[in-house]
Amino acid sequence: MTAISDREKLSYIAAQAADARINLELETEGMTLNLGPQHPATHGTLRIIARLDGEQVISADPVMGYMHRGYEKLTEVRTYPQVTALVNRIDWVGSFANEVPFILAAEKLMDVEAPPRAQWIRTVLFELSRVANISLFLGDMALQLGATTPAFFAFRDREHVLNQIEAVTGGRFHPNFDRIGGLKDDLPAGWITETKRAMRKMRQFCNEMEQLVLGNEIFAARSRGIGIIPADIGLSYGLSGANIRASGVDWDTRRDNPCGLVHGELDWKVWTHPDGDSFARFWVRLQEVRESTKMIDQMLDGLPSGPIMAKVPRIIKVPAGEAYVETENPLGVMGYYVISKGELVPYRVKIRSASFSNISIAPWLLKGVYVPDIITILASLYFILGDIDR
Amino acid sequence: MIDATILLGELAYWQQTSLRVVGGLAAVLLIAGTLVYLHLFKLVSFMQSRLGPMEAGPFGSLQLLAEVGKFLQKEDLVPRKADRFVFLAAPFVVLVSTFLLVVVVPWGPDAWFIDSDVGIYLAMAVSSVSVIGILMAGWGSASKYSLLGGLRATGQLIAYELPLILAVIGVVIQAGTMNMQGIVYAQAEGSIFGWAGIGNPYFLTQGVGFLLFMIAMQAELTQTPFDMPIAESELVTGYMTEYSGMRFLLFFIGEFATAGVFSAIAAVLFLGGWYIPGIDPDDNIMNVLGPLVMLTKVVGLTFLVFWFRFTFPRFREDQLQKLAWKVLIPVALANIVVTGILKVAF
Amino acid sequence: MSSTDTPTDDSQTEDAAAPIDNARNDLVARLTAHLGDGLIESHVTPGDDLWVRVARDSWVEAAEFSRTDLGFAYFSFLSGIDWMPSPFGRDMDAQVDLQLEADETDEAGTDKDDANDTVESGVAGGDTRFQVFARVNDVVNGLGITFKVDVPTSDLSVASWVGIYPGADWHERECWEMFGITFTDHPGLRHLYLPGEFEGNPLRKDYPLLARRMKPWPGIVDVEQMPEQEPDGDMPAADSAEAGDNNEAGDNSGGDA
Repeated sequence: MTAISDREKLSYIAAQAADARINLELETEGMTLNLGPQHPATHGTLRIIARLDGEQVISADPVMGYMHRGYEKLTEVRTYPQVTALVNRIDWVGSFANEVPFILAAEKLMDVEAPPRAQWIRTVLFELSRVANISLFLGDMALQLGATTPAFFAFRDREHVLNQIEAVTGGRFHPNFDRIGGLKDDLPAGWITETKRAMRKMRQFCNEMEQLVLGNEIFAARSRGIGIIPADIGLSYGLSGANIRASGVDWDTRRDNPCGLVHGELDWKVWTHPDGDSFARFWVRLQEVRESTKMIDQMLDGLPSGPIMAKVPRIIKVPAGEAYVETENPLGVMGYYVISKGELVPYRVKIRSASFSNISIAPWLLKGVYVPDIITILASLYFILGDIDR
Repeated sequence: MIDATILLGELAYWQQTSLRVVGGLAAVLLIAGTLVYLHLFKLVSFMQSRLGPMEAGPFGSLQLLAEVGKFLQKEDLVPRKADRFVFLAAPFVVLVSTFLLVVVVPWGPDAWFIDSDVGIYLAMAVSSVSVIGILMAGWGSASKYSLLGGLRATGQLIAYELPLILAVIGVVIQAGTMNMQGIVYAQAEGSIFGWAGIGNPYFLTQGVGFLLFMIAMQAELTQTPFDMPIAESELVTGYMTEYSGMRFLLFFIGEFATAGVFSAIAAVLFLGGWYIPGIDPDDNIMNVLGPLVMLTKVVGLTFLVFWFRFTFPRFREDQLQKLAWKVLIPVALANIVVTGILKVAF
Repeated sequence: MSSTDTPTDDSQTEDAAAPIDNARNDLVARLTAHLGDGLIESHVTPGDDLWVRVARDSWVEAAEFSRTDLGFAYFSFLSGIDWMPSPFGRDMDAQVDLQLEADETDEAGTDKDDANDTVESGVAGGDTRFQVFARVNDVVNGLGITFKVDVPTSDLSVASWVGIYPGADWHERECWEMFGITFTDHPGLRHLYLPGEFEGNPLRKDYPLLARRMKPWPGIVDVEQMPEQEPDGDMPAADSAEAGDNNEAGDNSGGDA
């Protein structure tokens, strides 16, 4: 994929400057447009107060908290398995991935290692949640830009993945399957073959999205050069995941700090893109879904046999200590800082959710863009409200 | 065989006019209804791997009736700060332009509403009236979303009228007349470089004009990729946001009716109207077959319109304007020049 | 579990068990050199993680040094910890839990109430009830540092990191509304999650979780009995390994194939 030329970047900036000059001459007053909290565009109850000058944004201020559930307070009165069930609901689209860093942190404190089979199945489910989550994004970003059809294809093809997750865990959206020391259950018969078939279908879906959306000139015109995030600024705001990889930063926690998942034993590639615009973010996520399907195939071929649960007491008391584990979740880097005082419940859990930091760049990024571009940029940054609001 | 002209000629003027009015209403509404069912309910559903409405009537064919009933029994809301008269009148203004458009379309050798020598000119002039209606809706709603939608719509519709009209000029040059019936006959009796097998349908010889007309028509109908004024994911429904109940239904029906009528005009201009190669255009049977042929052509053209609507993302307003002013209008002007040259040369 | 940041050739040890983590020790050395007395305590878990506790006056300096000199460009998060044990207890009043507590008291012989009054801190120590902690990452080398700073209860304020890591803006707003810790030089401390007129700081330990005040904890509830324990009045405690029997107790054999 070719990067956008400097000429294109300059022409976008020149157009905005021209608009600003006209607005100055005509003295159009600022109008405050309130996007949300109920709104077809935002993935949930995010409210953006945009002050406009004509069609250009002077300032955009996200207001969140409409879905704040107080997770960090709730974890202080719940046992570790109960916290696992609670934490599923942070990023409800790729929900198995929410449980993983928490369980890994608890395992680190308990000095327990899950048996190999459990680690491999854990990673398979982790990658499946990524496929489910990001394929929703692929359809949804096109929907935000006006193309209604790709969203339906995305939902139709996600069903294959969700069926597989349900077959193992019993839940399509809230698996609640990870346990300290391993997993709740083993795989059902025939699951491996079915999942490989589902992955083939997801690869077909990726090809379809590439043709239908990425290859569409209107989509390219709407997203190229829009919302460019320079790498250093993105990092200082805490942008992670595909958002920062689309700005050219070669950083993937799965490769650099696997910590309990088996990505280190697979043959896979980290995708980056030099541009840092909305098109790049879509492109990187598309490649990542494909890569995940290939990873799942590799893992299913090489699943070790053995127990799926280590020896842990039935009522779990995690020894005192502090541990921080972060993993490369579908939305970005998610981490849990668990402070334990040796009791049934954690003392404090700080949940570092990816979308919270991803959206914190919005006030800076949305200055000076046109109103339709607000939607494009927010769609490309991809957030889930539960992840922002916790 | 009944000679339709003689029959109509024997009726009093008021009887003829009522017939025309009823016929016009029927034409517009029937077309709109068919298009809504075929394209909005079934075509888009099949494109998106689903079935669409299946409950109301066999295969959901009575869904539109159900929707009309639903909208009729809703409360007619007027926002408190709205400009009451402007708000209430806007849907009617939009619909008026559609009904006025349909009167110039000929459906058969004798099945027409008016036979004006400036038919297409009248059509183009009258189609601009809908812009006023949209602006009234956007302003009268007293809502920022609606205002933004109305302003975007105005800019877009005015910009895309020019390629529309310029494309039509090419047809007029080739046909030599602005009379819609005359254009049909010109295509029926014309020949492409001497070969008269299928007449001279202008989508072949005026291909560029046809393309321009279809693109401009898509924009005039505010369909994606030109649906910035509606832009569902940003402005909810743009200028229609504050409308509910029957008035919303008027906008909704108006959208599909206008699509149908514009396609009918396009069919007349470019596809030969009610004429099918093989049947003599003056044959009386064409008064019955003609409307059916027109309906088929209308459905075909609207299929294209809605197919693009449900596939493409939307343009941003400035990209939209750039396309109109920097691409379509120069091409249209070039098309006129070339048509003129070729008309004189051949 | 492979970790790219521990140089594997350094696993030959000087003392018997712990490998030496050169990269992290080096970071501590550089931080100590730059901050001097500002760096109060540090803790390295070899091959794993690094904690550094700094004085309040060196909070911003530490951030600046890590960003510019140490190459820690990525801002992960910033939040607070309240080390005072909750005066409401753990809100776990179920019988099972009380029994466990009683057992522990018997074994340890200490009075649990005493332990609950003290403010104990965690890794890298701490002298005050409140601490602010933040984490930054070096994406190139795959390292991370958790910075901690003590915040005295009498003067709940600490300098803001916004000038160095703009991402700290929202995290500091959340910390302010949840703990009541003011961040000086912050561009605008206002509520992030909570409605505008909210009073109180929810994440403090003395702010009760109202749900538990209203309805006590139901206890550790086993939703599904283990198969061998399935009580059935008519059947004797049958061995679940009798696969051929038509067990009246229903299908006890597990569903995992």
